Amino acid sequence: MELHRRIVELADLHGRTRESLLPILQGVVEQENFLSKRSMAEIARELDLPAAEVYGTATFYSFLEYRKMGKFIIRVCKTISCSMKGKNQIILTIKDMLKLEVGQTTPDGRFSLVETNCLGWCHKAPAMVINHEVFTDLTPEKVRGILGEYMKKEI
Amino acid sequence: MAETIHITINGIPVEVKENTVILDAAKKVNVVIPTLCYHQDICVAGNCRVCMVEIAGQKRLAAACATPCEEGMDILTNSLKVRNCRKHIIELLLSEHNADCTKCYKNGKCELQFLASEYKIMTQDFIELNKGNTRTIDNISPSIVKDDSKCIRCQRCVRTCEELQGVNALAVAYKGHEMKISTFYEKSMNDVVCTNCGQCVNRCPTGALVEKNYIEEVWEAISDPGLHVVVQTAPAVRVGLGEELGYAAGNRVTGKMVAALKRLGFDAVLDTDFTADLTIIEEGTELLGRLKKALVDKADVALPMATSCSPGWIKYIEHMYPEYLPNLSTCKSPQQMFGALLKTYYAKARNIDPTKIVSVSVMPCTAKKFEAARAEMHDSGYRDVDFVLTTRELAIMIKQAGIDFVQLEDMEFDRLMGESTGAAVIFGATGGVMEAALRTVYEIVTGREIPFKNLAVLPIRGMEGVKMCTVKIESPLEEWKFLEGVELQCAVAHGLTNAKKAMDSVKDGTASFHFLEVMACPGGCLGGGGQPIPTNAEIRKKRAAAIYAEDMGKPIRKSHENPEVIKIYNDFLGKPLGELSHKLLHTSYQIRERT
Amino acid sequence: MSEQHLLLKRVDFIFVHDDDWEKILQKTIHRPKQELINELISSELKGRGGAGFPTGLKWKLTSEAQGSEKYVICNADEGEPGTFKDREILTRVPYKVLTAMAVCGFIVGAKSGIIYLRGEYKFLEQPLKEAINEFSYYCNKINLDFTIRIFMGSGAYICGEETALFESLEGKRGEPRNKPPYPSVSGFRNRPTVINNVETLAHTYTIFKYGAKKFYDLGVQYSRGSKLFSVSGDTPKPGIYELELGMSLEDFVDEFGDGDTKAVQVGGASGFLVPRKKFSETAIGYQGKLIGISLPTGGSMMLFNSARSMYNLLDNYLEFFREESCGQCTPCRIGCQQLLAGIKAVKKGERPAPYLDKLLKLSETMQFTAKCGLGQSVANSFASIVENFREEMIY
Repeated sequence: MELHRRIVELADLHGRTRESLLPILQGVVEQENFLSKRSMAEIARELDLPAAEVYGTATFYSFLEYRKMGKFIIRVCKTISCSMKGKNQIILTIKDMLKLEVGQTTPDGRFSLVETNCLGWCHKAPAMVINHEVFTDLTPEKVRGILGEYMKKEI
Repeated sequence: MAETIHITINGIPVEVKENTVILDAAKKVNVVIPTLCYHQDICVAGNCRVCMVEIAGQKRLAAACATPCEEGMDILTNSLKVRNCRKHIIELLLSEHNADCTKCYKNGKCELQFLASEYKIMTQDFIELNKGNTRTIDNISPSIVKDDSKCIRCQRCVRTCEELQGVNALAVAYKGHEMKISTFYEKSMNDVVCTNCGQCVNRCPTGALVEKNYIEEVWEAISDPGLHVVVQTAPAVRVGLGEELGYAAGNRVTGKMVAALKRLGFDAVLDTDFTADLTIIEEGTELLGRLKKALVDKADVALPMATSCSPGWIKYIEHMYPEYLPNLSTCKSPQQMFGALLKTYYAKARNIDPTKIVSVSVMPCTAKKFEAARAEMHDSGYRDVDFVLTTRELAIMIKQAGIDFVQLEDMEFDRLMGESTGAAVIFGATGGVMEAALRTVYEIVTGREIPFKNLAVLPIRGMEGVKMCTVKIESPLEEWKFLEGVELQCAVAHGLTNAKKAMDSVKDGTASFHFLEVMACPGGCLGGGGQPIPTNAEIRKKRAAAIYAEDMGKPIRKSHENPEVIKIYNDFLGKPLGELSHKLLHTSYQIRERT
Repeated sequence: MSEQHLLLKRVDFIFVHDDDWEKILQKTIHRPKQELINELISSELKGRGGAGFPTGLKWKLTSEAQGSEKYVICNADEGEPGTFKDREILTRVPYKVLTAMAVCGFIVGAKSGIIYLRGEYKFLEQPLKEAINEFSYYCNKINLDFTIRIFMGSGAYICGEETALFESLEGKRGEPRNKPPYPSVSGFRNRPTVINNVETLAHTYTIFKYGAKKFYDLGVQYSRGSKLFSVSGDTPKPGIYELELGMSLEDFVDEFGDGDTKAVQVGGASGFLVPRKKFSETAIGYQGKLIGISLPTGGSMMLFNSARSMYNLLDNYLEFFREESCGQCTPCRIGCQQLLAGIKAVKKGERPAPYLDKLLKLSETMQFTAKCGLGQSVANSFASIVENFREEMIY
């Protein structure tokens, strides 16, 4: 009951009211990269909330992934500045390096690639975040270097 | 004292109390503002934007349902700007809606269709957004069909499921263009906490949530000369059906309903009220048994005993309070008692092969469809109830058959299993089962009529969410001496949010009743999910008044005096809670997941 | 023209060091509350998130609202495309914001402050927490009963709308509420709430430090003070600049353009596109026409040069809104889909060019009928782009 224990711990930390829901969902995503059906059901039980409400709330927020995700989630900004400044090349570079399409996860579960809306780095476009780490002024070369480092990381 | 506010609507001066919304102010001067997401039974959402009106001096329009009147407001409900915007909103909704109206179950009954017709939306300039979206229909549940392609995201269903029922099987999920009404993980309605109560169906303005209908199946059975098709009708149907067929709310149409059913070709038209009376005998005996165990044997027995007539309530407690399943009366609902007896007692008495009997029921309820399909409900050796129709489906059949309902001569139910009492009739209103039980239990115990004028146990009538009453037992008959001085505590809840209140007070020990009646739907069965649309507090009150009037008009008003009930114990069942009763009339429950 | 329009002026208040915050806080909370409110009102500071509600009035209304519990919320859900100034404030001068929140709490009678930080700025959470710790330590020391916590968003543009933000704080979907009631009466937990943008709070620090006059003397009539601008797009010097309000777009482009500026999007995706021919008649500020059109903005200024397709621009914005609309109200949810599908259809020749006029009317309906401020402005970019670059939409 590993998952159950972790959710209880998160609830102990954040409380068991409706207001605790987002921090707890965030906490689970932090640990597991996404919200599984089981974890949402567990959270609902722990907070005494309807499961459908938990699901409905989680699916509203882009960062509360409800599909299985890799350890490192690469989010490339697709909004206007980044789009103008070569976002497509960045995506192509990542696709090529990791052999995956947007929305997919590598078979080893290490990387997922998604596009996201404005990250707030328009003056340093194009930008992406890997989990919470921000990378700006991207070029294909730079991306290759960054991903190279991530490929070496322990998971 | 709320302040009085002066406004004008389309130039007509109106005085309203502070905090009155524009929509209500407009009603006062007979100005109708169209609405979609608004429903009187639930909180205001203000999301469809159909009710937009113009306030002089403001550039933006205001939602009439959500905007309180302010002193001096000059409101226009039909200005060119309002009309243009309103038409746009309707067109937008249509562009997202699967507007295949002629193939829709709600064709002719759809609020969006009405608006489109009223505003003469003759062309569809906007681009159809729903094209190619095929995976939209969930028809796995035996009760409810959910078709997302017809959904206009008004969220009435979500608010109903949450506020009235506290079930939250439905929630709003995703955002932006993907926003939709969803169950947990988009599972089928059949596989989640849904109680099948159908209150969402009752409030859905379009065909996105409808009952699963069995009209064709029933027509087929009727047309088969080799089959003996029997129909039973629940007490609340007779006070609702008229609304679908040309009557105002609150009209009893019992006799015409029977006549219509006969014209439809049913081989026998019988009354669920008969088994409602039977339920009282079984359930009353069960209650007295539990009280005896508790008071005399000092045994550990589950109290309060809760009624088990409402299948929405049963499924709710199975999901939400599984630890209280022993508190449920083991009695089947009247529908299922009827079904089990039809293919045994009735078949034998009428000498009909039970395999040739088709058992149809007409119910104010969508959950009854699920109940009939439960695996437990085969005690006759066959499926006890084959098809369950809602009040609405029956009305459709009557129209299809070309019956001029209003002109029909009243007719009587057939016998066997057609006789009933006033006590059975009131099953259709919240508090009715409790009242019927008290009429019988009190008399069994004391030998006297229950001490309420006209047998009307007023404290448990009416629309308050949770009602209580205490009946003190004085000078009981010898056999019941142990009840001397006992104050029988009774509670009645209707609508599952109220059921939750009652159950939570049992759970945390703040209340101690002996007997709890719960009906899943607001107002009881008369406000059931299978009843005519629309529903609101006023309509439900009228239906309730009709039910109590029917009770008053009945020559016999106590279940234990129903001659057919007496006969069935003599001829067939033996005694209440006897072996055969136990086999045919009682059931068991199961624990269900809470997701 | 009574007042001559001002040239672009760089000023430097916001990012000036914040290490005098203890002194400012101490000094300010010993002044009469009414005096502070009056100071703020006379500065004519307006909300810097984009909507431009007078800040002094907002605080006044909340201070007058009945309620034992009140809240001060810092809106750091900076999600408007092209805006990134709030992040910089919270990175470089967090104590100004914390001080302003505490002063606000003191004035309106709130003991609890919350910073709603967008999920995209997660990396800021830790340093900000450390600043809050130090800040709280000092509040304790001077017996000021005010606590601040951070609440992380999770990726939803709409949560920048104040009532959606409350919903999100309460653990729900970020769907805007009906107004009225307004936050000053019923906000977070249905209690009286002041909710201000990060930058607005930072400006109050300036005002309490130097007095209202110093602030008021900047800018022009109706648009007083300075403002941070997030400059991006086709510019040789992208970044964050503090400028006086009231400048003309022409001067702005002279300063920040690359010599080939075709249009500027003022106010982000929910703002307006201004074509070159209107630069000289467009001023940046609130209502009160100084020269031609005045455009308010949360500070997003995106420049586009002649190589850029305005169709692609609009396509990108509409895609953004199609995804980021909360989805609850009809005009915004379906309207955005229709506008996007519509320009695509016109571009492909599946709809005739006049279909754009139908869509323009629709964009007006969206403005008149959407439930929240964001929904009412999502069609701004559509209307201004189609009106000014119609041919690009067709060919």
